[in-house]
Amino acid sequence: MSKKISYGSGIQAAFEYVLENYNESFVIGQGLWSPWYVGNTMVDLDKKFGKERIIDCPVSENSVTGTALGAALNGMKAIVVHPRMDFMVLASDQIVNQAAKWQSMLGGGIKIPLTIRSIINRGGEQGAQHSQALHSWYAHIPGLRVVMPAFANDARDLLIASILSNDPVLYIDDRWCADLEEEFTELKELDINNIGPKIVKEGSDITIVGSGFTSCQALEAANELVKDNISAEVVDCRVLNPFNPDLIIGSVKKTGKLLVLDGSWINCGFSGEVIASVSERFVDFKSPPKRMGLKASPAPTSKPLEEDYYINIKDIIENAKSI
Amino acid sequence: MIKDLNNLKNPKLDNEDLKLQLLNDSDYIVLLKKMITIRIAEEIISENVKSGLIKCPCHLAIGQEAIPVAVAEFLNSNDRVYGNHRSHGHYLSLTMDTYSLFAEILGKETGCSKGMGGSMHIVDESKGFGGSVPIVSATIPVAVGAGLAMKLSKNQSVAISYFGDGTSEEGVLHESLNIASYYNLPVIFICENNLFSSHMHISERQKFDSIARFADSHGIENSVIDGNNIELLLNTSKHAIEIARSKRKPFFIEAVTYRWKGHVGHDDNIDVGLKRKEDLEPWKQKDPIARLKNSLISKNVISESDFESFNIAILNKLKEEFDNAVSDSYPSQKQLLETVYFK
Repeated sequence: MSKKISYGSGIQAAFEYVLENYNESFVIGQGLWSPWYVGNTMVDLDKKFGKERIIDCPVSENSVTGTALGAALNGMKAIVVHPRMDFMVLASDQIVNQAAKWQSMLGGGIKIPLTIRSIINRGGEQGAQHSQALHSWYAHIPGLRVVMPAFANDARDLLIASILSNDPVLYIDDRWCADLEEEFTELKELDINNIGPKIVKEGSDITIVGSGFTSCQALEAANELVKDNISAEVVDCRVLNPFNPDLIIGSVKKTGKLLVLDGSWINCGFSGEVIASVSERFVDFKSPPKRMGLKASPAPTSKPLEEDYYINIKDIIENAKSI
Repeated sequence: MIKDLNNLKNPKLDNEDLKLQLLNDSDYIVLLKKMITIRIAEEIISENVKSGLIKCPCHLAIGQEAIPVAVAEFLNSNDRVYGNHRSHGHYLSLTMDTYSLFAEILGKETGCSKGMGGSMHIVDESKGFGGSVPIVSATIPVAVGAGLAMKLSKNQSVAISYFGDGTSEEGVLHESLNIASYYNLPVIFICENNLFSSHMHISERQKFDSIARFADSHGIENSVIDGNNIELLLNTSKHAIEIARSKRKPFFIEAVTYRWKGHVGHDDNIDVGLKRKEDLEPWKQKDPIARLKNSLISKNVISESDFESFNIAILNKLKEEFDNAVSDSYPSQKQLLETVYFK
């Protein structure tokens, strides 16, 4: 019988692996002792590894992130958790001005093993300040690695690679992925330098690119498109910064068509970056590339508005067929 | 009762000889020479900002030299010091490496940040200087994090966070004081209250003028002292660092001082800000270097001519260093992309 792993349990496994094997690792963030703040991803870590290493903390996003940075600069593998990405905006000075820049502006050679775990928490009528996916903002910043896993084994292995990296990494996971499962593969320690976009389903008629939850949607849509005899290749971006588009360009050279999904807004967003990166090196599109994202408004709370707000599989299929 | 600086903000008071007792006479001479070195280094920087040879923004701390020199006396290279935009003195108090500072300010590859940082981004981890950056308040949580690392790894090191009075207008100071206090972290917060934030006097910005009131509100032991009196600074720093090192808890020092230059650059800036024009001269009379010198002369430890010869020797050495740094190379173009991520 095949063994399954869920995305949430992958994250849990990564934390347990790192805390078990690297004594210099610790986690700080809001809700880490709570049974519900971070879903099923950090269950009982405080009981297993002690409250000194699993630190539930005051509502001070900026200082807590800076504290984790300071600890990372002083020999620790520091992991700071922001259970809702919206609140992480308060820590932007420490992320954008400090963590991302100390390496360069102090001349290099400085180990900064800081991982900032941030959760996209959309849906559930939570509205505009409990739902944002701000990966494109942060992927804009040189010096800050941005990692966004979509599938369970990656959720585990990319988190381990992030924590073991000597650079600050923003690791973004998505609550909508938490219960999704895939075939279990053995845990691996990977070098973050070797991780980039990945083909998760091979195809020949169109390339559909996603990141985080939209990669799961792309895969689901691709499986539906088979019924219409459309063979879609699905690429999961995985690492948004530094971004290596080579694999996507190779895929589009094969299919000639490109649809990019993003779980956030379109203007100045990552979907535009993917299309631009491909278009700079490839012009023979069979038809113009297309992107899908959120409507240009803050997230609504009202149920019907919310249902219409997020990308759905039906729209992905329609768009894929229309290209 | 909310703290007030009272007499400490009046440069005409408490300007008598220092009662030098804590250290040996020879140690005081070393401290005097360190203060002179910092002063002359910044004067050379000031002249070259004026001449245009230095282009990057330089925030000078002439007049404030006693504070870092006193604090550094009780630190070792495993401790971590974090500075701010005005950190030449913090850096030099630990390293005395004027050459690397000059080269950095000139943007040369021989600089302490390999020419990538300039005056506002300097570092020397080997000597315990963890880094300085100009975003006001940004290094405070970083110092707190150093303290957390020291606590988690159960060593005896301490972290120092230097900031100015303007920083207390940033929220992250308050977040950080709470964290350091609640988690009992070995961090010494040192507020160099020079009464100005950029061009604005503290009376134009805050209802009360003593920043240590915020330490009170977080239950952090603190001292508010004359920041131009090195003997007081030595005693207070020794006590604060002992508390952090042995009792593993934070301390807050508010050292009241005055910068002789404007917020940035070589100018005195006497035309901006309330009272600066009337206050600058009296504050120059309360010069921390002159006070130590005069006290050592009164004690017959040095003579006026000894002091002159210290100055001449240091000036000659530093001028030669600066001239040499001017002819050093700039970083190569490949340095730009090679230092974005760790190699």
